[in-house]
Amino acid sequence: MKRWLHGLVLMLGVVGADGVAAQDRARTLRAVVHANLQILDPVWTTAYITNRHAYLIYDTLYGMNSRFEPQPQMAEGHEVSEDGLAWRIRLREGLRFHDGTPVRSADVVASLRRWMARDPMGQRLGQNTASIDIIDDRSFTIRLSQRFGLVLEAIGKAATPAFIMPERIAQTSPQTQVTETTGSGPFIFVREEWRPGNRVVYRRNPDYVPRSEPADYLSGGKRALVDRVEWLYIPDQNTALAALNAGEIDYFEAPPLDFIATLERNRNIRLINIDPLGTQGLIRPNQLFPPFNDPRARQALAHLVRQEDYMRVVVGNPRLYERFCGAFFQCSSGNDTQAGSEPFQQPNVERARQLLREAGYNGEPIVVLQPTDRAQYNAATMVLIQSLRRAGVNVDVQAMDWSTLLTRRASRNPPNQGGYHLFITTHGGPDTAMPTSNTWFNSRCDRANPGWACDMELDGMVAEWARESDPAARRPILERIHRRAWESLPYIPFGQYTQPIAVRSNVHGVLAAGMPIYWNIEKR
Amino acid sequence: MWPYVIRRVLATLPVLGVVAVIVFLLLRLSPGDPAAIIAGDNASADDILAIRAQLGLDRPMLEQFLLWLGQLLRGDFGKSIYLSRPVLGLIAERVEPTLALSLSTMAFAIALAIPMGVLAAWRAGSWIDQTIMAVSVLAFSVPVFLIGYGLVIGLSLSLDLLPVQGFVSLTEDPVAFVRHLVLPTVALGLVYTALLARITRATMLETLNEDFIRTARAKGLAEPRVLILHGLKNASVPIVTTIGTGLALLIGGVVVTESVFAIPGIGRLTIEAVLQRDYPVIQGVILAIAFVYVLVNLVIDLSYTLLDPRIRY
Repeated sequence: MKRWLHGLVLMLGVVGADGVAAQDRARTLRAVVHANLQILDPVWTTAYITNRHAYLIYDTLYGMNSRFEPQPQMAEGHEVSEDGLAWRIRLREGLRFHDGTPVRSADVVASLRRWMARDPMGQRLGQNTASIDIIDDRSFTIRLSQRFGLVLEAIGKAATPAFIMPERIAQTSPQTQVTETTGSGPFIFVREEWRPGNRVVYRRNPDYVPRSEPADYLSGGKRALVDRVEWLYIPDQNTALAALNAGEIDYFEAPPLDFIATLERNRNIRLINIDPLGTQGLIRPNQLFPPFNDPRARQALAHLVRQEDYMRVVVGNPRLYERFCGAFFQCSSGNDTQAGSEPFQQPNVERARQLLREAGYNGEPIVVLQPTDRAQYNAATMVLIQSLRRAGVNVDVQAMDWSTLLTRRASRNPPNQGGYHLFITTHGGPDTAMPTSNTWFNSRCDRANPGWACDMELDGMVAEWARESDPAARRPILERIHRRAWESLPYIPFGQYTQPIAVRSNVHGVLAAGMPIYWNIEKR
Repeated sequence: MWPYVIRRVLATLPVLGVVAVIVFLLLRLSPGDPAAIIAGDNASADDILAIRAQLGLDRPMLEQFLLWLGQLLRGDFGKSIYLSRPVLGLIAERVEPTLALSLSTMAFAIALAIPMGVLAAWRAGSWIDQTIMAVSVLAFSVPVFLIGYGLVIGLSLSLDLLPVQGFVSLTEDPVAFVRHLVLPTVALGLVYTALLARITRATMLETLNEDFIRTARAKGLAEPRVLILHGLKNASVPIVTTIGTGLALLIGGVVVTESVFAIPGIGRLTIEAVLQRDYPVIQGVILAIAFVYVLVNLVIDLSYTLLDPRIRY
């Protein structure tokens, strides 16, 4: 039957090589990415897809290793003055942008300034910076106005670090999108082959000089071992899975978690956990309005959460999630602590009811935003709704698509006038692992993310932690922050889970870098 | 005829104007904010406000509309909010996949459906008719995505005959172009085959009962000539109307098929733009589709004069 069909299709002249020679295939990595790349400027948006694009084409001054220590990347090294206020950084030799021009201090300084204007951790560094002075083409100094212990952690953080662009591009206003793509990273963006909504192509940068150290997380030698990386955007997950099974793609960035069992049975496919930290789910209360402007109501909410209930519906496979993770800064990160979470490790509905009463809740409708087009968020929201109802809360479920929810959650209107009380979201490990970079932890009231967590005392503790440069001295501050956070509850974590990637078995060298990166990978 | 054509083309302008106003209002009055999507999941409210201001989305609605209208009158559909690229360029990039899929689907459907419909009408009430109609009902009732997944499992994964997904331009590689079109064409074509077969059967049944058919048979014409030259030609006006409307619908976007087979066509462009509230792209695509509808209907109307000499404009 198969032979007959082959014969038929051959007769029609439609079977044959489809244009890509076998040797080209071996040197091309085809990956299905989780989102459609549209915005090319990593300063203008915090979208993960843009951040991953930026890692391919730009380089960073410092990069995190797997112990979350910043390591020199474009930097050759640095010297710190005795008072800790002057950080002199020297660039390594041979750095060139894709247009052939050398990377100079002026490019780095302009890039740092643009990044400091937008990135939350960059802003913290900027607030503590008196000036950035160019010494020569390869050296510059960051002069702090007061001690700040996280200079390198900020500029080299894993998510949205300071990507270095040419000065002429970096001088673009931080409120305006950069559309040029000249970087100095290991791959070059091939604009003429970019088909938004379909395909993004990168080619190896032949002039890139990787560091000599072995690649480790986001630090060390970034060796481009394939000539081309092609990102394909396939919105239908079943199609992406079929394409992986058929060998049409090599790398599936975010296979749905309910596909994992199927993928595990396929000998031609390997599942790899590239994110040692994982993803954290969170319930975000709106602190502008009662009852969640009262910490007791937020504590009540925390008393209703059994993380395993959420993980069972969101993830399913017990090997991919923690039964309970009480760490705001991710279990198994360097800032892992469970301090303060003890009362919330098991749900306590009675205590929740009591706290709600004490917070003045009297049966008013609680508006919960439900994103019906995001399967995982939708499932978690349904668990939340059920647990609220179990505690006697009058829940007003408002279903909408994710795009609408993003707008709605930014509304400061009262819940019955287009605002809301609760919504659910998630954030990735590298973002979450530090009090300063965990954007949903930011409790600076009006300047916090939607939900407007407001606890200036907690924010003061975070600032104190950031000023301290000795890791040992930071630890007790971290414990205090954490205890305070479980009282104040900027958000309620509902679990931590892992999203593995799936690759064909001939794909080797995938790095556990907390996110999909494409250097070090080869096809054998 | 030419005055009629000119009149019809001019009549599209008010239609497009009404479409423009309705689309603009619908988009601005429906919830959703591109600035919030651009800023990303971890953005602060200040970031979102800054992006809104930069995109001009904080201006009064009337001002935004007049700006857009001014652009349109200059032939400029604006730029995508996300990509900062001209909307017309984005639409142009998506035309080839959609046009290729639409034409191949229609060709497939016509090639199968017309003989099926004629045969069913000729042998009305027989087992042939009943079988053809049963197959039509089945093909019309099964969702396209189900047929699509079935074809992928059968012909791509099990038999390794054809690619699972994607699109290759005709100019890039003609063989790959055809290979990538086979599965989506069959998946989508079955629905249109069923629709056309039923229309053909119904109109042929009516025509075959006309006096002139009896006359043709009485004067000893061969049955195929009776069916094709006398029957089908006289039954062709509603069939051509269905083909034309079907083609316009296909060009307007076949989101499910394009998604299942990862074809970067107009349908996916539209749905992605809607989900992200990329206003200029949505407005541009809808206006372009409206124009195609008007144009296709004009061509259909004009084709009537060729099929039926009694029709004159």
